[in-house]
Amino acid sequence: MLASLLHLDWLLLLCGAWLVVGALGIFALRRFRFVSHVLFPLGGLVCLGVFLVALSAIFESPETAVLPLGLPGLPFHLRLDALSALFIAVIGSVGAGVSIFAAGYFRKGEGTPPGLLCFQYHLFLTSMVLVVLADDAYAFMVMWETMALSSFFLVTSNHRIAAIRRAGYLYLLIAHIGAIAILLCFGVLQANTGDYTFDNMRGQQLSSFWSSAAFLLAVFGFGAKAGILPLHIWLPEAHPAAPSPVSALMSGVMLKTAIYGLLRVSFDLLQMQLWWWGVILLALGLVTALFGVIFSAVQTDMKRLLAYSSIENIGLLCVGMGLGVLFKAYHMDALAALALTACLYHVASHAFFKSLLFLGTGSVLHATGERNLGRLGGLMRYMPWVAWVTLVGVLASSGLPPFGGFVSEWLLLQSFLFTPGLPDPFLNMLIPVVAAAVALVAALAGFAMVKFFGVIFLGQPREAKLAQAHDAGWLERAGLLWLVAGCLVLGLFPVQIIEPIGRVTALLIGHNLADTVRANGWFLLAPMSVERASYAPLVFLVVGAASFYLAVIMVRLLYRGQLRRAAPWDCGYPAGNARMQDTAEGFGQPIRRMFDPFFRMDIKHPTPFDEKPVYSVSVDDHFWHWIYLPIAATTEAVAKLVGRLQQGRISVYLLYSFVTLIAMLVLVRL
Amino acid sequence: MSWSGVFSQLLEIVAALLLAPLLTGWANQCRAWLQNKSAPSLLLQYRMLRKLFHKESVVAEHASQLFRVAPYIVFGCMVMASAIIPTLSTDLPLSPAADAIALVGLFAFARVFISLAAMDIGTAFGSLGARREMLIGFLAEPALLMVLFSASLITQSTSLTSIVETLAHREFVIYPSMAFAGIAFTMVALAENARIPVDNPSTHLELTMIHEALILEYSGRHLALMEWAASLKLFAYSCIGLTLFFPWGIAEVGSPEEMLLALPMLVFKLAIGGATMALIETASAKMRIFRVSEFLATAFMLAVIGMLVHLLLGS
Repeated sequence: MLASLLHLDWLLLLCGAWLVVGALGIFALRRFRFVSHVLFPLGGLVCLGVFLVALSAIFESPETAVLPLGLPGLPFHLRLDALSALFIAVIGSVGAGVSIFAAGYFRKGEGTPPGLLCFQYHLFLTSMVLVVLADDAYAFMVMWETMALSSFFLVTSNHRIAAIRRAGYLYLLIAHIGAIAILLCFGVLQANTGDYTFDNMRGQQLSSFWSSAAFLLAVFGFGAKAGILPLHIWLPEAHPAAPSPVSALMSGVMLKTAIYGLLRVSFDLLQMQLWWWGVILLALGLVTALFGVIFSAVQTDMKRLLAYSSIENIGLLCVGMGLGVLFKAYHMDALAALALTACLYHVASHAFFKSLLFLGTGSVLHATGERNLGRLGGLMRYMPWVAWVTLVGVLASSGLPPFGGFVSEWLLLQSFLFTPGLPDPFLNMLIPVVAAAVALVAALAGFAMVKFFGVIFLGQPREAKLAQAHDAGWLERAGLLWLVAGCLVLGLFPVQIIEPIGRVTALLIGHNLADTVRANGWFLLAPMSVERASYAPLVFLVVGAASFYLAVIMVRLLYRGQLRRAAPWDCGYPAGNARMQDTAEGFGQPIRRMFDPFFRMDIKHPTPFDEKPVYSVSVDDHFWHWIYLPIAATTEAVAKLVGRLQQGRISVYLLYSFVTLIAMLVLVRL
Repeated sequence: MSWSGVFSQLLEIVAALLLAPLLTGWANQCRAWLQNKSAPSLLLQYRMLRKLFHKESVVAEHASQLFRVAPYIVFGCMVMASAIIPTLSTDLPLSPAADAIALVGLFAFARVFISLAAMDIGTAFGSLGARREMLIGFLAEPALLMVLFSASLITQSTSLTSIVETLAHREFVIYPSMAFAGIAFTMVALAENARIPVDNPSTHLELTMIHEALILEYSGRHLALMEWAASLKLFAYSCIGLTLFFPWGIAEVGSPEEMLLALPMLVFKLAIGGATMALIETASAKMRIFRVSEFLATAFMLAVIGMLVHLLLGS
């Protein structure tokens, strides 16, 4: 009987298992050890199952099912094809690492009771998988809202702190503004047929006007979830507020469901692609990426820094997708497949390295109780484990070979280089400029990441209490190691990873890059031909290691001396202490100065006569002041006007009714 | 992979390791002559390396493992970079493993490690140097990438050997895009190798130093590796310049005998390159650190203009 189950059935069973695990948590609300040492590992095991099932489903033909849930006459339609299977595989694989880490992470007495947290967490995972599986607008929206709500409760798990409640509120607000746009988008797509299944939407031949309307609504709606400018505003608030495993899931995985939605609408549900959609996505993606990386370089809170870095990566994903749309619109399918492969590859690698980094900050937060970079430092000596593991994430995030981030960046740059050949000369000129900006973003990401790692783990501890910091527990280490392994596999075996991604591009564009890549050998990544471009990460690693050992052996042969420990060179100034190191503000200072117009800065310089000189700088987002605060002010003003009607006295309300009645009667007479 | 390929690959690495300190020494000598000073010996760099390798290594008390590993990593990266760049021959078995983008990634890898190692000790100078190095890096790296892309657009390839083969076989014309790229590359190479006008390799003045601040805490064998890596980096950058703008005289696949000619040719080209660099260094003055960002932004713009010119004129 088991053999006859489809992949989809397996996935539904596993989702059911998640819900059971979550429900058990409700019954064991305050039994901390049971929840953390039994339920979370069980959930991680289910994640692993989801990953394996989804991975094998990518290579199979699409499967559909109808669930008799929901309203009468309006069942949930589900469909598992290569695109959804790929995203579910990402959810499962990253989720496994995060769940194992979470098993060792949550502590007693932190906000929400552990059992409830366990329920919310597993509901969140289930809803993400079901969003990706949904095959009609109704199921999609229900799951989308479940996802938003469960993650809202997770974000506000420390709800006694006012700033966290505020962050959660902002998140919920923007998520719902986005949800409205998504709903409208589905409304346009069903083209007045009243049938909201995706199957029906695929069959509609919309005019270019309505197609564009649907596309723009989708960009707005999914952009709100993904954090595309100017709807990014909730990310840097919600991520620091949430517990670290939750930030890891939200940043690594949940943002990707928005990318999934955008891909589903623009390549699958819409039957045509117009070139200017690609330009819009390119422009939005580029602005988002540049903005994200510049802001991440000046942050002083480690989780905010990572949140802005997520914004940057979402921007890069949009650039890849935009390029794909552009090529598809001109029927250059091979190039569209290359750009989309870069985008999907980055989905996977960002999911891994960003979850890894967020979990690393979680360990630091638990060991020190500090999120502020100005009070950290020197942790490499006290938590070497977490430090080395985070270093892998940092290198992958900076887009350095031979890690996962580099492969996607490499593919993206390659798809720019093959561009000459677009029929529009204007676009041809635009592309190198975009490529240059992408290269700049990638290099700036390195700056931000060196700052992140250097200020937290290197140097001298800036506070005395840091010397008591302890390294991560074994469950946390296991979770971190799983994600490190993911970063390495993504970096070292691109040919094998492109195999499943190729199925997705075959589905969306009708061209599979994997055939060309496979033909060039199992370790050599050459998307077009070896003469044009190739990259072999395994050889790269082996030669790199060989050069490293060459240096070691050479030193052994040449060197006879000893190694002596001594105090560092103080430049003749013996009064130096740990507070004199470069701070996070100091490290970001060149960026603040160079990209001055991007920031809204408030700098207070001390005067020469101050008894206790104080220097402070705060960096703020222009968009708050340009968009959000005016909207909030207008809303409040309108509400106040309406509020004037409400006097709170019954006689006044009776007067209103009376006046309305008279007005109605007069109206009827006329 | 043929035996002649393996041979030329090994020869390239050995040549780079041996010639790199010579190039640095030559550049210093030329600069001294141009500045009317008595020049140090051409072999000074070798003597210095020998001295450093024999000295005791002093490491700060609270330095972590990263500090001790970093010199080996940086050195390894530079050896690998010189293995990828076709200096003597284009018959390189390693060339398909890493193209121009991976080469830029390799330099970035070395930069990240040298900066992290500098921050490890936690003195003011180390993190100052790290910050400045990353500041230069994030502007120079995309500029270098754009220079390489200008060549890739002409040759339709990002593989360095393909670029050299294609460029060497076209008739001698000055591509306008390559002219822009050439200027941009010169500026980037000066900045990346800690030369005037961006950094001054011969001072330890606190307010201006960048590269010296990074390696201030190193001594003995670690410093030797760092110095050697710096020479190798200069060598690698010079060779990138030569392969892109003067690609003649490099042996090709199936003709290992050309290697005999390629080596003296390379030495000749490098000698001229080193002298030119000394001339530029002598003729210009050191900039303030915030002028450096403008300098490099100009290089970046020039490289992008180079690409646009290529697309406009089709050449």
